[in-house]
Amino acid sequence: MTAADRPRISLLGTSALLFEAPGAFDLPHQRRIWSLAATASKWPGIREAIPGITNLMLTFETSPRQLDSLIAALNDGWDDAQGLPIDGREIRLPVTYGGEIGLALKSVGDYCGLSVDDVVSIHAAPLYTVFALGSHPGYCYLGGMDPRITMPRRQIPLQRSAGGSVSIGGSQTGVSASPGPSGWHAIGHTTWKFFDPSWPTPAALAPGDTIRFEIERVLR
Amino acid sequence: MIEILTVVGPTSVQDLGRFDQYRFGVGTSGAMDDVALRAGNILLGNDENAAGIEIPMMPFRLRFGRDMAFALTGASVEAKIAGRAIPPWWRSHARAGDILSLKAMPRGARCYLTVGGAIDVPMVLGSRSTQFRGEFGGLHGRPLQPGDILPCTSPTSIIGELGVEPADITLARPKASEDETIVRVVIAGEYEAFDGATQELFWSSSWKITPQSNRYGYRLQGPAVKPISPIEKRSHGIVPGVIQIPPNGQPIIQMRDAQTSGGYPKIATVIRADLWRAGQTPLGGKLRFEQTAYTEAIAAEAEVSAYLDRLRANVRLVEEIRTCR
Repeated sequence: MTAADRPRISLLGTSALLFEAPGAFDLPHQRRIWSLAATASKWPGIREAIPGITNLMLTFETSPRQLDSLIAALNDGWDDAQGLPIDGREIRLPVTYGGEIGLALKSVGDYCGLSVDDVVSIHAAPLYTVFALGSHPGYCYLGGMDPRITMPRRQIPLQRSAGGSVSIGGSQTGVSASPGPSGWHAIGHTTWKFFDPSWPTPAALAPGDTIRFEIERVLR
Repeated sequence: MIEILTVVGPTSVQDLGRFDQYRFGVGTSGAMDDVALRAGNILLGNDENAAGIEIPMMPFRLRFGRDMAFALTGASVEAKIAGRAIPPWWRSHARAGDILSLKAMPRGARCYLTVGGAIDVPMVLGSRSTQFRGEFGGLHGRPLQPGDILPCTSPTSIIGELGVEPADITLARPKASEDETIVRVVIAGEYEAFDGATQELFWSSSWKITPQSNRYGYRLQGPAVKPISPIEKRSHGIVPGVIQIPPNGQPIIQMRDAQTSGGYPKIATVIRADLWRAGQTPLGGKLRFEQTAYTEAIAAEAEVSAYLDRLRANVRLVEEIRTCR
């Protein structure tokens, strides 16, 4: 077994630890992450187990004195984790591609050697799965993007990107829930509401939910 | 209550933070200098998590709507209450109608005003801290403006003036020079993706805090620190203190309003016991990083706790002596 087959575990100072699963960025791996998160969130001293994209962050209620047993538990937990299937709900999201907010639509096309129309149809084709929440309140990381429209993140993050931006960062895509800094490329926007602190569950979407983007308009 | 009269810059209501909402994408927020906020609350006999006001820029003025005790901790400021000067890290008493005026900040980057009781804004998702990105918490989820009225919980009995030694004196660490703050860091996931010479550059450089720095993050300026080959990581959780290296090689320290996840490579994380030191280093100031081990980082937290324990014991002792008289 090579090192690439084993999970990577690294420290985030004394307040959290990061577990990165080996293997592909796909739904079967993500389901194992959801399963490991459900298990690890019950361990003593763990405040939250937060899934990322085929990875998991554990935040500590109290920093463990020794990390060995926690690391061993994570490795064993990953080996034992059966994929946790989540039957979420399906959301249809109308998107205006391009325009002032989706300024990067053309640059993604240029970078990938595709026309604007191709980028839009490739982006809107899949049924995306919410893999994880993160970044800012209510934001969803989606799995299922066609690798043909992959574009590396920005060299320098933008200080402010609009709320509702539909963006591409590396091989991932997502929709911002509010304005803020971003290292991703916005190709369009939506007006849907993703977060409200007064809701019983403040985020509208949860891991396992699915999103279908509907092409409302394409602005060139 | 308190009425804000003059305010410039992003002044906000903060408690220690919102720590258990990461799974909804909600970061911690909270005081950039948590030690100062705790100390202010200890001086006043409050819960240490009571909300106060974080003031990063001068001038600042407010009017007290009724008699109440208050404390100023964190950055040193030139402060006057009803025309009378008050020293830093001091608790005092205001009469209804008194104006507190803060003029200049000769040392540090953020001053904390705490009151006997607390700034009584609603608890949202377990905290009173302002969540700027989500526009909730604090006062209407936004920075304070002139004319804002902040409700305060009932003041406790009148207490006398009292000062404590500032944390940056008691917990002082060796400095490379007067204008440079050293913070300890634990190496992070991608440290080994930088070659030896680049790692050395990271440790040996003096990093300037650029004007594009704020509660979200400190964007630093220095020699370019780049990994051996470009790294695009799958998005994963991050916490305040994480030092990311975007492709331009200029580090960004995630601060209290940071996003809860990211994908740039991480070279190291500022330890919790030193994050307040970074929070008190002003724009234009310089930081230097010192490597430390996980166990030493835990020990450093114990030192901060011991300092706060001593404050608590001293404040209690003073109250007991007063009561006996």
